[in-house]
Amino acid sequence: MNQFTRHEGLTVPLFQSNIDTDQIIPKQFLTRIERSGYGAFLFNDWRFEPDGTEKADFVLNDPKYAGATILVAGTNFGCGSSREHAAWSLTDFGFRAVIAPSFGDIFYNNSMKNGLLPVRLDEAATELIVARSQSLEGYSVTIDLESQTVIDELGLNASFEIDAFRKHCLLSGLDDIGLTLQNEEMITKYEADTEITHRFAGLT
Amino acid sequence: MKTLYDKIWERHLVHEEAGKPALLYIDLHLIHEVTSPQAFEGLRLAGRKLRRPELTFATVDHAIPTVNRNLPFKDPIAALQVETLRKNCADFGLPLYDLDRIEQGIIHVFGPEQGLTQPGMTIVCGDSHTSTHGAFGALAFGIGTSEVEHVFATQCLQQSKARNFQVNVEGELPFGVTAKDVILGIINQIGANGGVGHVIEYTGSTFRSMSMEGRMTVCNMSIEGGAKAGLIAPDETTFEYLKGRTFAPKDDAWEAAVADWRSLKTDDGVLFDKTVEIDAATLEPFVTWGTSPDMSVTITDRVPELSDARDPAEAKAFERMYEYMGVEPSQRIQDIPIDKAFIGSCTNSRIEDLREAAKVAKGHKVSSAVDALVVPGSMLIKKQAEEEGLAQIFIDAGFEWRDAGCSMCLAMNEDILQSGERCASTSNRNFEGRQGRGGRTHLVSPSMAAAAAIAGHFVDVREWRFKG
Ligand code: SF4
Repeated sequence: MNQFTRHEGLTVPLFQSNIDTDQIIPKQFLTRIERSGYGAFLFNDWRFEPDGTEKADFVLNDPKYAGATILVAGTNFGCGSSREHAAWSLTDFGFRAVIAPSFGDIFYNNSMKNGLLPVRLDEAATELIVARSQSLEGYSVTIDLESQTVIDELGLNASFEIDAFRKHCLLSGLDDIGLTLQNEEMITKYEADTEITHRFAGLT
Repeated sequence: MKTLYDKIWERHLVHEEAGKPALLYIDLHLIHEVTSPQAFEGLRLAGRKLRRPELTFATVDHAIPTVNRNLPFKDPIAALQVETLRKNCADFGLPLYDLDRIEQGIIHVFGPEQGLTQPGMTIVCGDSHTSTHGAFGALAFGIGTSEVEHVFATQCLQQSKARNFQVNVEGELPFGVTAKDVILGIINQIGANGGVGHVIEYTGSTFRSMSMEGRMTVCNMSIEGGAKAGLIAPDETTFEYLKGRTFAPKDDAWEAAVADWRSLKTDDGVLFDKTVEIDAATLEPFVTWGTSPDMSVTITDRVPELSDARDPAEAKAFERMYEYMGVEPSQRIQDIPIDKAFIGSCTNSRIEDLREAAKVAKGHKVSSAVDALVVPGSMLIKKQAEEEGLAQIFIDAGFEWRDAGCSMCLAMNEDILQSGERCASTSNRNFEGRQGRGGRTHLVSPSMAAAAAIAGHFVDVREWRFKG
């Protein structure tokens, strides 16, 4: 797991509800077998015309937001498919965090496993950040995971909830599988104690 | 007092420690070509083995063609992906139900059909529609590729418990109203994020009298309501469906299993964190008009107007959807013409779905303006439909009759909408570009899709002229 502690970065607003993973990374890029290189395809159908030229009116193509590392979106961001490619494409593009009032469950988990911090802020704070990133040049915020806050230089100080254990893992960059394997004895004991998992005919 | 979800959860707790997610044991892991390669790669890089290869089953479904399978794939990258799965399964000793197998099919059709999906189990797959398996009273949910790797290595997942959400539907479904309409109606009511953080249990007489196919359709789309999973308590219908299937328990083990499965239900008087009640008599055939699955209206209705939006944000979303979908506010749904019809996907590609569609198609012809596609969920269903004469009905009516796969549900193969094309689809997602860039998807039931294919526009299947 990649680490996340504190990050200051430029924000880019994409303030729509229900932005699904089909938009974040369209399926035509899911046939690849690699884990990297998906940034080029992030929001492909919104970013590019069919002939590959950039769509001028899409926010990620706006020079004002070049180099942004924090995406600010509407409710239920990342709903839809389980494709982890959505998180990979965001991180590969350079994003370190997504701020939204709520997230699709699977995307929320996937992003933390890739060091991309999903920040659940209430609607009012999200809208404030959106408004400031639209009206101000080079508007950035600082996300501090330790204190669970998002601040800016204009006095914004919004806090967010995150599962304590997930936070701990992100702060220290712990590997999930390694952690689980510390409990390997318990897994073995569970397997020995229980019959309910061994009911496929022909298997013992 | 406990819910069904609480009970399954407890049975699978390997370890629990305050302040940490629980370690949950996974009974069945289903994999396919798209979300597994990076997980195998991770395993190799870390020098780890698969903990329980015998609890892992693979098939190919997402990227494969549904015609001319004897020829090389047109898409070399998809071909490499399937080759990679073959190699990974061989290297790690996993059973792969490949294109040459009669069992091959969409992973969520394959699992239940083989009797792998059983009540009380925990089931995961790198695919969000894993919720389908909840129809058997199994806790089934989709996971990302990192979690696929985690299950490979540990047969467990770190999980936090979700909340309990009850959706109770009572009464007999009116004529022409199907399981698909029930779930579209539910999502319409709770919203696309109404179930976030929850596991939905579907209760009530409507589900009790539903077939397993219908229950799978309902649970399949739980994720479109944002829920982690959907559940229906197992009953005689469940046991009847499972009995005799390849991997279902046999003889004494069967008796013991059924006795145990009967205990898998929510205790009387449990209070759910959230409850929604629906009267089945109020349900009608639904058609989605926008690009989120909760944007549906009944077949007799019209596209909503801006003033119908609940708030300014929704009004903004409506405007975007009118434009993308090429529909007008207050346009009659029945006046919307279609270019394509797709009957298939893990939502609606089972034998009962095909029977329903064939009933409508029988003796009619697909409109000359429409290309219509029927894609069975598995090669076994294809065979059964051919034996029952359904395939001939479709072919005579001018539908294309394909081999099993996801096909136009997500259009990773050549079954794809062109920009601006409009499709009546029995699948589960109407997101922008889901069926092809610029493509316009309207979600409907199989009978409604068949009727639209024939009429060339949406029609009310309750007024259909059935022949024979
Ligand atoms: S049929 Fe569609 S929803 Fe189902 S598994 Fe395939 S792509 Fe996913």
